[in-house]
Amino acid sequence: MNITVQGIGAVSPAGWGVEKLREVLEKNTPLPATELARPGWTGGLRVRAVPPPQTRPAIFAQPRLRRASPISQYAVAAAMEALGSSVEKINRGEVRLGIIFCVMSGCVNYSRRFYDETLRDPATASPLVFPETVFNAPASHLASLLGSRGRCYTMVGDPGTFLQGLALAAQWLGEKQVDGCLVVGAEELDWLTADASRLFCRDSVLSAGAGAVYLTESSSAEGPVLSAVTDAHLFLRNQSPACAAAKMRAQLPSLAEPSLLCDGLQQVARADRDELRAWDHWQGARLSPKAILGEGFAAASAWQCVAALDALKTRAFQGANVSVVGCNQQAIGAQFLAKPAL
Amino acid sequence: MVTGAGVITALGRGWKENSTGFRSGKTAFRPVTLFDVSKQRAKFAAEVSIPENLPQTRLTFRQMKRMDRASKLLLLAAVEAWGQSRWEPKEDLPIVLGTTSGGMAMGEAFYRHALSTPSKHARQPTRVASYQCQRQALDVCEAFGIHGPLTLIANACSSGANAIGHAWELVRCGAAERVLTGGYDALSHMVFSGFDSLQALSTTVCRPFDAARDGLALGEGAAVLALETLESALQRRAEILGEIVSYGAATDAHHLTQPHPDGDAALAAMQEATHLAGLNPDQVGYVNAHGTGTHLNDSSEAAAINRWAGDHAAKVRVSSTKSSIGHLLGAAGAVEAVVCLMSLREGWLPPTSTIKTPDPVCQFSLVTSPETASVDYALSNSFGFGGANASLLLRRWQ
Repeated sequence: MNITVQGIGAVSPAGWGVEKLREVLEKNTPLPATELARPGWTGGLRVRAVPPPQTRPAIFAQPRLRRASPISQYAVAAAMEALGSSVEKINRGEVRLGIIFCVMSGCVNYSRRFYDETLRDPATASPLVFPETVFNAPASHLASLLGSRGRCYTMVGDPGTFLQGLALAAQWLGEKQVDGCLVVGAEELDWLTADASRLFCRDSVLSAGAGAVYLTESSSAEGPVLSAVTDAHLFLRNQSPACAAAKMRAQLPSLAEPSLLCDGLQQVARADRDELRAWDHWQGARLSPKAILGEGFAAASAWQCVAALDALKTRAFQGANVSVVGCNQQAIGAQFLAKPAL
Repeated sequence: MVTGAGVITALGRGWKENSTGFRSGKTAFRPVTLFDVSKQRAKFAAEVSIPENLPQTRLTFRQMKRMDRASKLLLLAAVEAWGQSRWEPKEDLPIVLGTTSGGMAMGEAFYRHALSTPSKHARQPTRVASYQCQRQALDVCEAFGIHGPLTLIANACSSGANAIGHAWELVRCGAAERVLTGGYDALSHMVFSGFDSLQALSTTVCRPFDAARDGLALGEGAAVLALETLESALQRRAEILGEIVSYGAATDAHHLTQPHPDGDAALAAMQEATHLAGLNPDQVGYVNAHGTGTHLNDSSEAAAINRWAGDHAAKVRVSSTKSSIGHLLGAAGAVEAVVCLMSLREGWLPPTSTIKTPDPVCQFSLVTSPETASVDYALSNSFGFGGANASLLLRRWQ
């Protein structure tokens, strides 16, 4: 049996949809950054924001999304694209759907707003805003819109968490706990996150959006398939990020040519150092979505997977490695094959 | 098998102090001192007294010095569980933890500093790092020399139960021989204010399942369990504290914060847990309810327990230990699993001692005063915002 990729979806600074993502990645030119106002500063913080959709998706009219912050909108749009026609079956209860939602910063817009209200006067802090601050609010909206009653986990951690989500999805599918599993990585922009991120890497440009991968278990020879996820190698006092990245690389099986590496390089020396070293002898093609779109944490690792999968479908690669050397937790890799191994 | 259990709540630190407190139905609420609540409706919470000196582990003095309150709670529970399990450092030991807000107090401090002195960054990187959930979990890894992998589940108030359930599944399916798991959360101003804004906090006494209940009370704490296969435990001649025999999880799509009035998803989680274990509800001697003390949660959960137990409802013993320690959010499911272990192992049922007039919707038998009882199976319910529902089924080890 194979863990088959049934669909992919993306919302990014490139726009809404995988096609927009592909167009921008093919140009291979970093998107221009804009300035996000930061209280107390005359200047702003450099970010890459998601442009407004050309037409507002009809699903945004659902009551659950009326107050939802951008992270939920990005996640829902990416998820719906990944699910495609499967949405109807899920709505009818014909598919036991698992949802794994991965974030690092999460619902920071409303969290900042609610805490600000608390500091000003807790007696008037909004009860409508608080529930939207909770990490699992976007996943809850998604489950509600899909009418899904099955397992729904929100996993928190650095960007590598999205790949952990893929591994968990494979586990659920392998144990027949679900018929299909949607793995979503999403983030939203806020000056608070951009300010915090800048403290660790001044040249990194923060971005936002979502990526989604819909997986099922299947015996068919149709691809692409998720063939491997490495262990999550933690950054510890006795295990540096460089060491963790090297272990991740060593754990990924070799690929038949032509092959692709979809890495997490940002073209920022400090941020890229350990990952560059881990992959310095890589001979195949290379794609670096974050260098073009920015650092989108859980959304960015999801874009890496979506970009790799899209390249497997639209270009002639046999397989693709996705490498994530996270900000402060772990190095982890995944491998997709264009067709299941016989 | 559970071969280690560590717990810290406002009742005390460790198994013994908590067992004594839960068994007697003691309540541990006091005026909030961690932040200003003068403008809030509610003024009380179950604050933990954290010792000044943390136990000796592999953490350096510098690492311990920068630990936030949530990290300390988690570490204290983990040290107890680790010591009890007598595990040795093992490179590939998975850790699965649940939390709702990680080091939220550090995030709050970051925000206040960012606004008040926007051009000064002293200690801001530490605040950012300590705010994130992975920091607390990585501290545990460093403390015991373990390398993970690390999974953090943030399913609101069912996070702790989901984490233990996921850890149990890892052991059950053979993905791991041992897993360190649990949940933790520290009180924070923002979360307190959030529940207060929803008017979900009691302004009197937290009385789960009481007809006159007026809300929940918040608490803080942590619980950590050492789980391993029976083979591993027997081979090591480890002391077995109890067994997790199954786990159910379901999603309630009804509303972001309100459960379905009939408790559909709660029922689904409870049914999955008992079905997977091959049990009927009448074989479950005790249910540790989610029982927050809010009108909506308790009536929905009561409906679910009534439906789950069916004809046997009157015989099912139920209590909520949130009357003693408050709602521990991401730690609740983990702490309540430890309460079930205590109850099964020591032969008592923890009372909801604050109940005066049971809500007539409860067709089951509420435990309102200390009782001795020999029970074979206990079910622990945890439900959260976003419709996250989880049930853990535990068995007495004989």
